[in-house]
Amino acid sequence: MEVGQMQRRLIEYTKSLFMEGILDDQFLQLQQLQDESNPDFVVEVVSLFFQDAEKLLNDITRALDQQSVDFTKVDAHVHQLKGSSASVGAQRVKNGCIAFRNFCEEQNVDGSLRCLQQIKQEYYHVKNKLEALFRLEQQIVAAGGSVPMMELSF
Amino acid sequence: MNQSNCKGSMSTASSSTNWKANDVVPDQFPAGLRVLVVDDDPTCLVILEKMLRTCLYEVTKCNRAEVALSMLRENKNGFDIVISDVHMPDMDGFKLLEHIGLEMDLPVIMMSADDGKQVVMKGVTHGACDYLIKPVRIEALKNIWQHVVRKKKNEWKDLEQSGSVEEGDRQPKLSEDVDYSSSANEGNWKNSKKRKDEEEETEERDDTSTLKKPRVVWSVELHQQFVAAVNQLGIDKAVPKKILELMNVPGLTRENVASHLQKYRLYLRRLSGVSQHQGMNNSFMSPQDATFGAMSSLNGLDLQTLSVTGQLPAQSLATLQAAGLGRSTTKSGIPMPLVDQRNLFSFENPKLRFGEGQQQQMSSNKPMNLLHGIPTTMEPKQLASLHQSAQSIGSMNMQVNTHGGQGSSLLMQMAQPQSRGQILNESTSSHGPRLPSSIGQPIMTNGIAGGVIGRNGIGDNSRGTGYNQVPPSSSMLSFPMNHTTELAGNSFPLGSSPGISNATSKGPFQEEGNSEMKGSAGFISSYDIFNDLNQHQHKSHDWELQNVGLHFDASQNANPIQGNLDVSPSVLVHQGYSSSQRSGQNRNASAVGRAMFSGVECVEQGNMQNFSPHLNNLLVDNSIRVKAETIPDANSQTTLFTEHFGQDDLMSALLKQQQGGIGTAETDFDLDGYSMDNIPV
Repeated sequence: MEVGQMQRRLIEYTKSLFMEGILDDQFLQLQQLQDESNPDFVVEVVSLFFQDAEKLLNDITRALDQQSVDFTKVDAHVHQLKGSSASVGAQRVKNGCIAFRNFCEEQNVDGSLRCLQQIKQEYYHVKNKLEALFRLEQQIVAAGGSVPMMELSF
Repeated sequence: MNQSNCKGSMSTASSSTNWKANDVVPDQFPAGLRVLVVDDDPTCLVILEKMLRTCLYEVTKCNRAEVALSMLRENKNGFDIVISDVHMPDMDGFKLLEHIGLEMDLPVIMMSADDGKQVVMKGVTHGACDYLIKPVRIEALKNIWQHVVRKKKNEWKDLEQSGSVEEGDRQPKLSEDVDYSSSANEGNWKNSKKRKDEEEETEERDDTSTLKKPRVVWSVELHQQFVAAVNQLGIDKAVPKKILELMNVPGLTRENVASHLQKYRLYLRRLSGVSQHQGMNNSFMSPQDATFGAMSSLNGLDLQTLSVTGQLPAQSLATLQAAGLGRSTTKSGIPMPLVDQRNLFSFENPKLRFGEGQQQQMSSNKPMNLLHGIPTTMEPKQLASLHQSAQSIGSMNMQVNTHGGQGSSLLMQMAQPQSRGQILNESTSSHGPRLPSSIGQPIMTNGIAGGVIGRNGIGDNSRGTGYNQVPPSSSMLSFPMNHTTELAGNSFPLGSSPGISNATSKGPFQEEGNSEMKGSAGFISSYDIFNDLNQHQHKSHDWELQNVGLHFDASQNANPIQGNLDVSPSVLVHQGYSSSQRSGQNRNASAVGRAMFSGVECVEQGNMQNFSPHLNNLLVDNSIRVKAETIPDANSQTTLFTEHFGQDDLMSALLKQQQGGIGTAETDFDLDGYSMDNIPV
């Protein structure tokens, strides 16, 4: 596939992620922060997010697994996940966290477990998508092209 | 001269940043703004750093609050602004905010993914200059420099005002202030301010303290001297100028003293407010745990800052808190004695309790207050100083106590904190937050209630109204008390008064001040127990108390409690005792309270200065003074809240006592000026 095609494909792919609500405007902000001095900024930040999120998801799972669930702790983890997912633009994960916090407030274990499942799904979904996106970018760069700047015009 | 003082501070401010905010902002500004970012979330931290770098700021990132604090302490002038997350594992963002406000007086922006009103309000009451919701966009960061500039301007303005009040030679300036405050004309204000700034700058040179020093570091010794001077003068007479003279520290400007006094006052108020809150909340230490919890939230903030600032303070705080709580909550176990005493006092007579509690608190707080705000750890030395002050207070307490019959206990308390402090140091160190609360408690009875409420209450209240904006100053008069929490919390933090940092400190203090005022006016019925005392206020202050549970009905009880309450509000506890032993015990209390206030107020930037002269006049029975003092700060705030509080009650109570006093105070305080400040915001 030649560079032009790859670039177009990348744009379409990215657009679809936005359309589906997997990513939001904040992701664009990240892309705009990337520049020559920091060409891998987005990849770095997103990788940080993945690490952090997985750790948080594990913590939440463990906390919900306890005999007596400490919802304050769970809420704190969810809050942090909400913050970091919002900062990278992982919209669905963020929304899942918002819903999760309601269950925490109600101290609803079942609801929380269900919500956690959902968040995990959304997280892995966005992770896959972003990894695919980065691969596309790498291919373009490897082929000698430049990664097109995304514009949220839709 | 005032101007010179202002100059000093201004120059200080200037030196601390690379630019002068008064008139000219360097062309490259805000590029190069030194930002410290604190967030435990690594993703956000990296993103923020990148965004800030893109804005051409100099960024330092940090993922732990403790590390950030030590960085700030090591290099006091190394940063211009701090951005901190609210939820952090090692330290609550608000605690960090308080510390920074007290120690470094830097503008702090809070941020969080949590956009709930309560949290945002908390930011306001704690003195954050802004609150960002995550995800933070770069556009939001581009303008953070405005907070640095605004703070500097406010500081200068305060200095000017305070200076003029004291010296009385600032008629022109005052009128200028009045002019623009009344006209609410930002442009005019800015112009006049600029003019003032320029004038001040020139005058500063002539002043003895012409040294353009960087931000003054209030070491333990320096603070001790300061406290001693405040005590000697009496809380209501402790104007920055006189304090400066008494301290006789070369190179120290009145502005430095004024701002420290303000902070000190706020701190005291907060302590008393917190302790009161805690103690009071559960009908006098019933559920100690509950109080503790409450305290920790309230006191914790104060105490923690204290503890952070110095071991002693924290420990003494813990003790006091414990005492306040009425149980030996503090692990150290020392607090118990204090607590017991307090309990005794409190139960004897609800009214007295307030007053006494305050007094007690004051004594106990003393150790704490002294230390509070002092970045350096206060070691035994401090305790010694505290002890001395405590002693003086103790004697005062005696008088007061006789009133409530608690004299001995107070004294004991006083003595105790000191020893406790030391003991606490060891024991409390581990506890950290607990300590502060204990200290706060004793004092809190009345003052704390105010303080606490101020913090929490204000938060809540202000939510509805955007208090930061500084409500019309006019209301100040009538509600010295009313504003209590609301005003304190809201208006100040936003920097309506001298800068955000002041606000922060003020917030707590204000509350205390308010509570004090209330005390004088009437007991602050922060606690349900005191409902009978504060009949009216409850409602009006509901909003305040909601969070805190304290009711500052002070205004209501103007009469009965005056004697007692005057003093206490946390602020007083501190060293206000030196204040005259007036006719009645109440007097003493009030004197103490007043002294405290004046002390506290002075800490605020020059706000106090304005007050001091007036306070003396205003305070009919000491308590009023306190009010006067608080009012100025609160004025801006009060105006908003007046409605809430059923100001009529307060007003009448206040007016009765102060008659013209407050009025003068108001004008002097230049509340309008405050309002004006907010306007630009």
